[in-house]
Amino acid sequence: MSAAAVHSLWTTAADPITKIDAPKIEYGQLSPTLIVVGAAIVGVLIEAFVPRKSRYYAQVFVSAVALCAGFAAVVALAADGYGTTKAHIAAMGAIAVDGPSLFLQGTILLAGLVGLFTFAERRLDPAAHGNRVDSFAAQAASVPGSDSEQAAVKAGFTTTEVFPLLLFAVAGMLVFPSANDLLTLFVALEVFSLPLYLMCALARRKRLMSQEAAVKYFLLGAFASAFTLFGIALLYGYAGSVSYATIAQVVDGTVTNVDPALAGTMGNDSLLLIGAAMVVMGLLFKVGAVPFHMWTPDVYQGAPTPVTGFMAAATKVAAFGALLRLLYVVLPGMRWDWRPVMWGVSIITMLGGAIVAITQTDIKRLLAYSSIAHAGFILAGVIATSKDGVSSVLFYLAAYSFVTIGAFAVVTLVRDAGGEATHLSKWAGLGRRSPLVAAVFAVFLLAFAGIPLTSGFAGKFAVFKAAAEGGAVPLVVIGVISSAIAAFFYIRVIVLMFFSEPRPEGPTVAVPSPLTMAAIGLGVAVTLVLGVAPQYFLDLANQAGVFVR
Amino acid sequence: MNAENLIALLIAAPLLGAAVLLLGGRRLDGVGHWIGTLLSTASFVFGVILFADLLGRNAEHRTLTQHLWTWISVGSFQADVTFRLDQLSMTFVLLITGVGSLIHVYSIGYMEHDERRRRFFGYLNLFLAAMLLLVLADNYLLLYVGWEGVGLASYLLIGFWQHKPSAATAAKKAFLVNRVGDMGLSIAIMLMFTTFGTFAFGPVFSHVGDASEGKLTAIGLMLLLAACGKSAQVPLQSWLGDAMEGPTPVSALIHAATMVTAGVYLIVRSGDVFNAAPDAQLVVTVVGAVTLLFGAIVGCAKDDIKKALAGSTMSQIGYMVLAAGLGPIGYVFAIMHLVTHGFFKAGLFLGAGSVMHGMNDEVDMRKYGGLRKYMPVTFITFGLGYLAIIGFPGLSGFFSKDKIIEAAFAKGGTEGWILGACALLGAAITAFYMTRVMLMTFFGEERWRNQPTRSPQAPSAEPAAEHHGEHAEPHPHESPKVMTIPMIVLAVGSVFGGAFFSIGDRFLHWLEPVTGHSEGDSPLSAATVTGATMVCLVIGVGIAYVQYGRRPVPAVAPRGSLLTRAARRDLLQDDFNHVVLVRGGEHLTRSLVYVDHTLVDGVVNGTAAGFGGLSGRLRKLQNGYARSYAVSMFGGAALLVAATLLMRAV
Repeated sequence: MSAAAVHSLWTTAADPITKIDAPKIEYGQLSPTLIVVGAAIVGVLIEAFVPRKSRYYAQVFVSAVALCAGFAAVVALAADGYGTTKAHIAAMGAIAVDGPSLFLQGTILLAGLVGLFTFAERRLDPAAHGNRVDSFAAQAASVPGSDSEQAAVKAGFTTTEVFPLLLFAVAGMLVFPSANDLLTLFVALEVFSLPLYLMCALARRKRLMSQEAAVKYFLLGAFASAFTLFGIALLYGYAGSVSYATIAQVVDGTVTNVDPALAGTMGNDSLLLIGAAMVVMGLLFKVGAVPFHMWTPDVYQGAPTPVTGFMAAATKVAAFGALLRLLYVVLPGMRWDWRPVMWGVSIITMLGGAIVAITQTDIKRLLAYSSIAHAGFILAGVIATSKDGVSSVLFYLAAYSFVTIGAFAVVTLVRDAGGEATHLSKWAGLGRRSPLVAAVFAVFLLAFAGIPLTSGFAGKFAVFKAAAEGGAVPLVVIGVISSAIAAFFYIRVIVLMFFSEPRPEGPTVAVPSPLTMAAIGLGVAVTLVLGVAPQYFLDLANQAGVFVR
Repeated sequence: MNAENLIALLIAAPLLGAAVLLLGGRRLDGVGHWIGTLLSTASFVFGVILFADLLGRNAEHRTLTQHLWTWISVGSFQADVTFRLDQLSMTFVLLITGVGSLIHVYSIGYMEHDERRRRFFGYLNLFLAAMLLLVLADNYLLLYVGWEGVGLASYLLIGFWQHKPSAATAAKKAFLVNRVGDMGLSIAIMLMFTTFGTFAFGPVFSHVGDASEGKLTAIGLMLLLAACGKSAQVPLQSWLGDAMEGPTPVSALIHAATMVTAGVYLIVRSGDVFNAAPDAQLVVTVVGAVTLLFGAIVGCAKDDIKKALAGSTMSQIGYMVLAAGLGPIGYVFAIMHLVTHGFFKAGLFLGAGSVMHGMNDEVDMRKYGGLRKYMPVTFITFGLGYLAIIGFPGLSGFFSKDKIIEAAFAKGGTEGWILGACALLGAAITAFYMTRVMLMTFFGEERWRNQPTRSPQAPSAEPAAEHHGEHAEPHPHESPKVMTIPMIVLAVGSVFGGAFFSIGDRFLHWLEPVTGHSEGDSPLSAATVTGATMVCLVIGVGIAYVQYGRRPVPAVAPRGSLLTRAARRDLLQDDFNHVVLVRGGEHLTRSLVYVDHTLVDGVVNGTAAGFGGLSGRLRKLQNGYARSYAVSMFGGAALLVAATLLMRAV
């Protein structure tokens, strides 16, 4: 065989390989996620190469810049029309760039930024041995109460790793609501869950409780992920694809070419129904819907409060985004199957959250149950299956995330010798001692309760209106009843703060740095602006309310 | 710059003043009064600029609108923040800001010794801003915002000396009585929305023809109820007299520039609605006629100079409401009288304040007398205001009141005769009680000699007296320039305003494009009416002179006739309210409370207890063990799958 012949063999053999197209990635459209991931990696490098003294500043700076840049990228994409006319599916069908994606990504980035402010707060805890410390453990690996922990505290260590962890979580959350195939969805789920599990374990005070919370969250989260993954497998079996568009076609019965390898299972409705239910269950776990909510109070209570605030806000936004896309893009063809089931979930979530919250005595647990009840309200909007449903949910999520982070930021301020004073009895008479803090917290509580002139009212109104127009009037009635029950315990806290005698050994209100003040101030401002003049933002959410298919 | 864009500045200036003064805190104490006066004057300057702009336009193009933003837009419910400046609102703007600014200047002197002067000016600015919003709004909902703002500001100002229980009570009373009227306005707005689908002025007025007369009458009566509250018309008049508890500049502001004029504005602005609802119009005229006599009678019996003037205001506003109820015959004259009244009533109140200032805050006229020598400027300005209000020929009250009396006769028929007669009788009584005030205060013997002031019979004496030293014989003196100059300016307006407006029917031509005008057919000639008015005037002044000028005035009030005693008690209005409303209300609330305790609370507490128990039981599920959480999740997932499959099976 001559050399030429060998060469020709080479090239002929190589021919089919060259025919594989290089994957086409629209870097510009993915830039919000890419920026955050890049910054997270830079954060890891900072941990490795920057001296300990400067790490905090470097990390905060990088994180803030990344989140702002990401938000700017989202705004630029939206301004360019990617939310409306130019919406399309990028990255070989893996990521949808459309109105809901951009709106939710913007919300998550802002929530991340406000969350970052509370993460970076270093004035609340008394300085340990001359070093300013934040809410996170000095050294995560040291056993609570051990000598090594004391040494770490003495040395003034701080866990600056939380900042890259935060960025990784944000990156996963950015992908989650825009994932357009089931595998991307799952990867994103894990990418944002794992940093959250870690961060939950990092509380500086009450470390055992914090670690317990993290383990619980991790175990139950893994359990839920397993369900999700199994559901994904079943759906693949049903449709022969993990792509949202293809599954939707199979559900609608508009696909003709059946993959011979899957002929046995494809189009088998049992696979669809069971698979869909399991994937949905995984998402319901993340939003904290009854009966998958049990982790919420324990984890919210145990996690460091800044993490709780960030997690409560951003996870909910991301998970509801993914749920919306799944139900509206993949499964609209079987909405007569899932709607009644979601009705049931919404009802028990609203009532369950509101009722159990009544007897709570810890402010963080109270807010946890409140977040469960809110998940139920948002589900009512999801069930509307209309464009109004989407936009009302988007608006609700944006409004809710600011209130939540703000409320948890206030919780970090009320402290006694043991750190945050979260027991409700200690909040008695707070309005007399610190009228401003109590008033701000009252604003947040009123927003949670959905009192007019707060964002909570505008959101609830939008969601219930969409649900009622979607034919779910009984659901709205139950929603209003649950709101009334929920109002009871929100108002009870206000009464406690303003009309009870302060206790002599009560907590003090720490004076925070401008960071936490900014988080709280933004929360109040957004709450009032969205409450008094919601129209602009409702319009914005309405514009963003169409999924690309 | 378009003139339209200036409109918002009219409101913004005093609103900014209120914000700065009320939020600025103590550090502004030294300059607060200047800031307040400056911003109120700025608003007046903007008003003058806009006025000049309007004059430069054709009569048809004198309506300017400025749309700021859409306030609420829900379905077909659309509320805009839009301002409308036309001849009618322009008139009010100039009156409010002009007279308002003069009162600001006066207050600099009057409130000099008050520690909370900065706050006082903040409230004054708030009052102006709310009133301007009221007259500039282009829809009823925005008007309602201004309406409530006026109510709030009046509450704050009447109760400014809140440490006095009487002032706090008076403020509360004004607020509550006004709430009754506000209910009327809100119901009227709701009726408009259900009838016309909108409450913007333009669309409502142009669609009046589409609505049934019954509905229009209902809207008209509700608007009238609102007007009665703000303008202190029978039956909601009782707050006005008590409102004298406020500092005197407040009384001047409420009576001349703001507040009580709002009701007249509302009726004239809603002229198209009333024109199509003759029954409602008739009720308006009756309310006006009754009030003008009611106020005048009350004014005759009061020994408190401010309360006498308050009765007079009630009566004069009665004239305006009467005129407004006459329809296109009277709208222009209602507003004209409102403006001239703004001048002379503000002047009279500032004069009364000046007298009190010089008399240790004594308000009982029986302890005045012969003050003309000691306070010449006050005497002259007050005297000119007096001549104007009684309608002395050539002064402003003469022109405006005469026109209203003519218009009342011009309504025609029996009604015309009755209304005209009431108006004439009112003119006579006005002449009587104003002459009485004049004589008791500035003429006669000096009854304040050798007796300490602030006897228990003067319950509403003002607390600033502490600065002058109590129980000392007063030393009447003229007030400082900062107080007398506004009085002089207002006196000039009282003298020449009416003639300026009437000669060549200037005011008529100015306002006619907005309100419309018709002559009516009077059974009497204009000259006859004027003559009759003059006769009434002379009779009134004559009786007063005989009674108070020729004979000495007793320092302690005589017992008086039954009518006098009733009039001293404001014709028993409070007794009526107490017996009918308060007692009735108490019985009603007591029975409601009983039902509330037993039935409603029973249900509520039962529900709460039920949910609480449920909560306690459900809470036990949350036991802290990850394993039981996982079981719950597994069960949930199983249920979810089963339910989904079941849905398909069904």
